[in-house]
Amino acid sequence: MATETPLKGFIGESIKRKEDDRFIQGKGNYVDDIVLPGMLHMSILRSPFAHARIKSIKADAAQAVPGVVAVVTGDLLAQHKLAWMPTLSGDTQAVLATDKVRFQGQEVACVIATDPYVARDAAQLIEVDYDVLPAVVDPYQALEPGAPLVRDEKEGQSSNHIYHWEAGDKAKTEQAFARAERVVSLETFYPRCHPSPVETCGIVADISPVTGNATIYMTSQAPHAHRTLFAIVAGLPEEKIRILSPDIGGGFGNKVPIYPGYVVATAASLLLGKPVKWVEDRSENLISTGFARDYHMKGELAVTNDGRMLGLRVKMLSDNGAFYADAQPSKFRAGLFHIVTGSYDIPAAHVETDGAYTNKAPGGVAYRCSFRVTEASYLIERLVETAAIDLKMDPAELRSKNFIRPEQFPYTSATGFDYDSGQYEKALRLALEKAGYDELRKEQAEKRKRGELMGIGLASFTEVVGAGPGKHFDIAGLRMFDSAELRVHPTGKAILKLGVKSQGQGHETTFAQIVTEELGIPAVDVMVQEGDTDNTPYGLGTYASRSTPVGGAATAMVSRKLRDKAKKIAAHLLEASEADIDFDHGKFFVQGAPSKSKTIQEIAFAAYTNLPDGMEAGLEGVTYYDPPNFTYPFGTYLVVVDIDRGTGQAKVRRMIAVDDCGVRINPMIVEGQIHGGLAEGFGIAFMQLITFDEEGNCLGSNFTDYLLPTSWETPNFETYETVTPSPHHPIGAKGIGESATVGSPAAFVNAVIDAVAHLGIKNIDMPVTSDKIWSALHEVGAAE
Amino acid sequence: MLPAPFEYSAPETMDEALDLLDALGDESKVLAGGQSLIPLLKLRFASPAHLVDVNRVAELDFLDEHDGVLRIGPLFRHKAAERSGMLASKYAVIAEAARQVADPIVRNRGTVGGSLAHADPAGDWGSVMLALDAEFVLRSKRGSRTIRARDFFSGPFSSALKSNELLVEIRVPAADGRKGGSYLKLERKVGDFATVAVAVHLQMDDGKVKSAGIGLTAVGPQNLKADRAEAALKGRALDDATIKEAAALAAAAAEPKADNRGSVDYKRNVVRVFTERGLRRARERAQGGA
Repeated sequence: MATETPLKGFIGESIKRKEDDRFIQGKGNYVDDIVLPGMLHMSILRSPFAHARIKSIKADAAQAVPGVVAVVTGDLLAQHKLAWMPTLSGDTQAVLATDKVRFQGQEVACVIATDPYVARDAAQLIEVDYDVLPAVVDPYQALEPGAPLVRDEKEGQSSNHIYHWEAGDKAKTEQAFARAERVVSLETFYPRCHPSPVETCGIVADISPVTGNATIYMTSQAPHAHRTLFAIVAGLPEEKIRILSPDIGGGFGNKVPIYPGYVVATAASLLLGKPVKWVEDRSENLISTGFARDYHMKGELAVTNDGRMLGLRVKMLSDNGAFYADAQPSKFRAGLFHIVTGSYDIPAAHVETDGAYTNKAPGGVAYRCSFRVTEASYLIERLVETAAIDLKMDPAELRSKNFIRPEQFPYTSATGFDYDSGQYEKALRLALEKAGYDELRKEQAEKRKRGELMGIGLASFTEVVGAGPGKHFDIAGLRMFDSAELRVHPTGKAILKLGVKSQGQGHETTFAQIVTEELGIPAVDVMVQEGDTDNTPYGLGTYASRSTPVGGAATAMVSRKLRDKAKKIAAHLLEASEADIDFDHGKFFVQGAPSKSKTIQEIAFAAYTNLPDGMEAGLEGVTYYDPPNFTYPFGTYLVVVDIDRGTGQAKVRRMIAVDDCGVRINPMIVEGQIHGGLAEGFGIAFMQLITFDEEGNCLGSNFTDYLLPTSWETPNFETYETVTPSPHHPIGAKGIGESATVGSPAAFVNAVIDAVAHLGIKNIDMPVTSDKIWSALHEVGAAE
Repeated sequence: MLPAPFEYSAPETMDEALDLLDALGDESKVLAGGQSLIPLLKLRFASPAHLVDVNRVAELDFLDEHDGVLRIGPLFRHKAAERSGMLASKYAVIAEAARQVADPIVRNRGTVGGSLAHADPAGDWGSVMLALDAEFVLRSKRGSRTIRARDFFSGPFSSALKSNELLVEIRVPAADGRKGGSYLKLERKVGDFATVAVAVHLQMDDGKVKSAGIGLTAVGPQNLKADRAEAALKGRALDDATIKEAAALAAAAAEPKADNRGSVDYKRNVVRVFTERGLRRARERAQGGA
């Protein structure tokens, strides 16, 4: 083969990630790498109890330790009206506890010292006198009359009930159920899990006592939104706040909320006139920062005997912990959970949701998920599996029969979502073909005769990402648009500034490639800047797979703005009419005379040196993009497991993943996102669990108890694609960061259930651990 | 990692180390590979006043076999055990356990002796040494003594080792004739402690069991030796019925507790299943091996 010219980075080219040079050399710059002159260190004293009244806090001994500068308590914060802060779901959350503690690990006091060791030693010397109260850890019990009241400080809050929210058409759904030949039901629990980024959360707050300028380095997935919230909550003038979100070692939703540690460190810097650093340790991250899921769900599917879905009825109770702090669009109480009809054309659906306070950590973040679509996708895909068992139908055939068909798009679902595009059958067929589905079914039948357990699990998920149309979706009132500012320098190199913020997703490469596609500037020449609120345009940040759908669209649109101007300059340089100028891969040429052309680099130079009369100099612009709709990535995952009847171990033999995220900008990065998400989905399905004992003690407070899968455990992932562009996105891309975490848990669990359903086992809740599988087998007399 | 303050010494010789331990008494803690101790310091579950780091004491790192005894130095690392051809060919239970200890990073640094001295009931080496009927040499400034593995462990994280003593040598009766072993471990992920593990060491003579050793991991307050199962095998041909009988006795010997890893019944069943499978695997090795 001939020598290939180096790739420029056009869409579809797997160029290497520009950011990796510094990461693989260990030269990233994370919050904990920030060291400022005179910087102090903060350590947090946390509650050992899940529920206890604070009688007194004595800090004398801590204060007396050499090196301790200050001890901050809730009472001190209360004097500055900072003891409580608002949450992203319109509730309040204690910054430092004043009246009582409401979960184990809650922030009680902070020590600020000259060195982090001293701060930690001194925190242990603070004496807190607690009056221990009965704790409530189960959301159903929390709603019983007489349950311990978690939020007794809230006016008018006489129970632990937080919200009731419904979607869909109740009457129409009841009619569908009345007509149904059969009702399939499933009660399942999506357990509390945790995003657990490798880098924990942290901050360096530096407020100058002279200028009042607040420079805040912070592990933030949404630096602009955080700036505004800091301004509102702390009363700091917004023009003086600069949030810097440097390299981030994974976010997965965990770095969307504002945590008490950020607030105290900032207040301490303001009061002490010195920079204050706080970086939490692993246990602090696991026990106090945003958890995910914790949804108790009941789904019922009305079907005909031949497998036609007529209606879906869902009831969900959410365990929100001590403060309702779900990170979600403000008009929605259970995020986008009502997307629960999934990939299926179900004419009627009704979803009822409730939330309850318990004595557990707050959170409810969208862990690699677009606002609870993960729970929704899990429920419908498990419910379809259950229907296949009840109807004795092949689960692939049942799905096929009920998919929204390609010609039905744009499709409005029974709960009100407008699906943009999809070819669900095509993705399913590809997965079945690549797996050799028919052969696998034969093998399964033969094995079953010998008493061996083998299962094949499917999930044909649909995601809903890229929030959002700003008129319906906002975070704390801020409309969910995003932005891109592009400046092309005279030498034809460029800087692209974005409102989103990478945490490892490869933005510096992907977004540069959009500029390459639209303007022809090689990706290597496009510097991507994010995470500095003084130097990037306002945006809502990176979560819910929204960067490519929204920030990527903004990048394409701003590039097109510049291209329009470049055309004018090209016309001027080529002495042609603008209408006669065509553009292709970085070249502007006169129609019909391709040799008469100017490169984007030549035009960039002219933008500063040789302009048509009356034209403003420079080649730059900014675009704020408010998407007209969500995008709806989808796919089919297929898992094959073998189960050991003696130990209950489920070994995943194969994992086939067909993803359709529309147009793939950098296919290698897309693959990387899928691999990461599948690994996390595997962990959620098989091993992850944050449990609490009856007293509310957290039993998953470190990585010995809360398990993260590695390459040792995870199976080989066989990935494939179909491409169905989004019709409303400027380049047809849909977002891929989260599909695999959303879609894969159900596929893993369905595979296990498929292996044991003939024995009468229809459900095992996640995590599907070996002991649970064995116990289920043992109960039906099928264990070794 | 922000541990509580501690003093640190790194002696170069065994005598220096023993002098230090004698002088410091209960205030001290020996640091070998550190794979259990460092996490405890990090979590402040342990806050010893003084760490005695023995990693520079070269004379504590050895492996040899002579005069009918296999001798393992306490600083012998898991990784070295995993890579030893001699262990692989003669002591299958050691080789198979070695490659299942924690994860490769821990194995590079962690030591066999450190793990035994830590006496974690979920530790792998205790069961292996019980199956092999090993002895440990414990030395202090005041002298040395030898104790059988079965008398060494006395409960969770507690053993016969005194605060002024170092575990200086592990002695295993050399395996001869037809022998085989196995270590079957159930873990939730690589690097996790065992939910259950079973160590088996067999010596066969003329088609009959000359000696059998079975050690159980993570199903009691300490690593357990399944004496009755071992006795049931001795002198008998290893047919399936005998194996099943021994496996049932091993399961009966287990004293598991329910936790996030599983119920009592589950763990006991895994002991039975692994004893059966482990004995079969050891039998195959004994039949195939020299």
